[in-house]
Amino acid sequence: MGDADGGHPMSGPAPTSFWRRYVFSTDHKVIAKQYLFTGVAMAFVGGLLAYVFRSQLAWPGEPVPGWGPVGLDEYNALVTLHGMIMVFWVAMPVLVAGFGNLLIPLMVGTDDMAFPRLNMLSFWIFFLSTLLVVASFFAPGGPPGTGWTLYPPLSTSGMPGAWGVDVLVLAVALEFAAFLMGGINFLTTAINKRARGMGMWDLPLFVWEEIIASIVFMLSVGPLIAGALMLLADRHFGTGFYDPRAGGDPLLFQHLFWFFGHPEVYVLLLPALGIVAEIFCAGARKTLFGYRTIVWATIVAGLLSFIVWAHHQFVAGIDPRLAAPFSLTTILISVPFSITIFALIATLWGGSIRFSLPLAWAVAMVAEFLLGGVTGIVNGSAAADIYVHDSYFVVAHFHYTLVPIALFAPLAGFYFWFPKMTGRMLDARLGLLHLVATVVFFNVTFLPQFALGMMGMHRRIANPAAFEFLREGMPLQELSTVGVIGLLVSQAPFVVNLVWSWLRGPVAGANPWRATTLDWQCPSPPPHGNFEREVVVRRGPYVYSPPGSAEDFVPQDAPDAERAGGGAVPSPLVQPAE
Amino acid sequence: MPHHLPEVASTFAPAIDGHIALIYVVCGVWLAAAEIALFWALFRYRRGASPRAAWMPADGARQAAWVLVPAAAVLGFDLFIEWDSARVWAHVKERTPRGNVEVRMTARQFGFDFHYPGPDGRLGTTDDVASRELRVPAGRIVRLEMESADVVHAFYVPELRLKQDIVPGRRIAAWFEPTRPGRYTIACAELCGVAHSLMQAPLLVEPVEAWRRWATQTGAIR
Repeated sequence: MGDADGGHPMSGPAPTSFWRRYVFSTDHKVIAKQYLFTGVAMAFVGGLLAYVFRSQLAWPGEPVPGWGPVGLDEYNALVTLHGMIMVFWVAMPVLVAGFGNLLIPLMVGTDDMAFPRLNMLSFWIFFLSTLLVVASFFAPGGPPGTGWTLYPPLSTSGMPGAWGVDVLVLAVALEFAAFLMGGINFLTTAINKRARGMGMWDLPLFVWEEIIASIVFMLSVGPLIAGALMLLADRHFGTGFYDPRAGGDPLLFQHLFWFFGHPEVYVLLLPALGIVAEIFCAGARKTLFGYRTIVWATIVAGLLSFIVWAHHQFVAGIDPRLAAPFSLTTILISVPFSITIFALIATLWGGSIRFSLPLAWAVAMVAEFLLGGVTGIVNGSAAADIYVHDSYFVVAHFHYTLVPIALFAPLAGFYFWFPKMTGRMLDARLGLLHLVATVVFFNVTFLPQFALGMMGMHRRIANPAAFEFLREGMPLQELSTVGVIGLLVSQAPFVVNLVWSWLRGPVAGANPWRATTLDWQCPSPPPHGNFEREVVVRRGPYVYSPPGSAEDFVPQDAPDAERAGGGAVPSPLVQPAE
Repeated sequence: MPHHLPEVASTFAPAIDGHIALIYVVCGVWLAAAEIALFWALFRYRRGASPRAAWMPADGARQAAWVLVPAAAVLGFDLFIEWDSARVWAHVKERTPRGNVEVRMTARQFGFDFHYPGPDGRLGTTDDVASRELRVPAGRIVRLEMESADVVHAFYVPELRLKQDIVPGRRIAAWFEPTRPGRYTIACAELCGVAHSLMQAPLLVEPVEAWRRWATQTGAIR
């Protein structure tokens, strides 16, 4: 603190000891890597769980190679932890905390987060929660087989002795505490530590998306924390918040859960769209189409996200007259997001597109996310939901949103910013193999699940062959499982690429993509304190190919005289900050 | 078109299928248009064919209209889908008609129990007749009163296109009118514990006369 004017180095001398540099570091870049790699490691854990339960679904009762036979309670725990891990220990740390930590200080042109120690504390609390979520599987009394939604009374009186449930709830609570600290840091940094001359409308879209995501997260998470505390009290202290015999109501928890749970998906979506926008602009050499329109649309979407939650509960026993209003808000949220998606496509339109791996990943993200988006209309319609609720159609839908969000977008970002993180380029051929294989196996995995859902397959059943109406779907089950195995194997080129390129990759230089934002105007990797001199911002974030200039990009901090094309950029394009 | 849907077996199933088909068509067209625009832009404006990018910040309404007008169209289609959805929803879920046959169902870990009114024609009395399967006549309105004995369960029959969660502490009503005699599966669609995967019960839809014979023989109805 005490550095609210921004830009002035306050991070002090670089630490020299191994522990302070790489483990208990307060440097946002180190913390970003810690979040990213913890998230990636957990992605493999979550993926392996998926391999186990998908194998059970395709070949029910057969021992799963490398695991053994899958018991019914084990199956429930596998799907529970898969969901929990992928949302809270992969998507959140990678998208929000990882990229947020790496990019926000760089993009606003400052030396570190506003509260570096709080930042370190946030990571280590998160790391503790990671250990706990893994431990919950082995807890005495049984693993948490409640589903990631933790609905009572199954999670209370339904599983009295299962310490796995308590450990899991505790892990989630710690995780939320960590991300609340992170959110405070992101907001304070973006608002108070911007470089001299940088107004809010000079922020790259990614920073805007992180700001809005942080606010949505902070406003929505409180009710769920309260809900989780009441859950623990019901389990151990004899209260009856969710017990109808004691005057409570199980639906209360569902409301608290989804009041957080649905905004949460937008908390994840927003940074993903921000990553895509940065890559599209640099790839197309073109300014972002409708920058302010996108920001306003995102704010509207953030507000709407607070009044859509009951679409998870149309047939859950709520008053049926509530369905239509929530169905309406749910379907309406497609409008602001369609504005963003259309604006991203319009950003490519009229560009001069340089194909690169990050751009290809970003395009894959949008192309696949579109299918996830439109199938959301089916679930969001109360009438269609009567049939598809809790079916594999829903499963397919949210994987077509969340896999592009939490896998494709971060990988796009990873291929884009790896040079900034390490100073080296990733290998393009291995990257292309990774992309093609991932896209193919992703679709092989989840397209069949739309069909299975329409066939009537309901969620969280360990043996579809036990239901007559699902027997003809068994070949599709096998196809989907082959897809998961392929998807896991497809990540091998990425791991090889990561290790090899970090050690031996070609040196990148400060700005390999010739991009305009401040993150590319410091050395790669940025030294402790990031910028070698004080940054002064002179224009908006995406001055690519401005009229009257020979250069196809003008960095945000470039003084007019230094511009290669000569001559001042016309004032409306410069968007000079006050 | 939605394929793989199970053959319909209730009066409202075609309305739900029709509504899903409507969404498929509307969203399918939008999806195709957006994908084509995305990949056409990538091809048309590749570096070789478009050496310099245009300047399109879309600060003003004229350029922004390229995005806002399609978004307004999305809004229009949204409202249309929602109107159709509210219509179908109200028919299935809001206006629960009186049943020709009334059955009380209790869901428990891990099965369904059914109770018919018995000789006095009233549910919840001592002469109710218990059954492990749901037997109903085709072409008659069946009204279910559903309760849960322990955790959240769901009543789900794909061919009826009917799904309803059953929450402890509430009595939740649902109705359907089966159209096709046959044997169907009632499944629990809400994770309810270890054996959730196995929780099912038979639904038997019989021609009216056959059903009446069974019901009077067992004393399930007056």
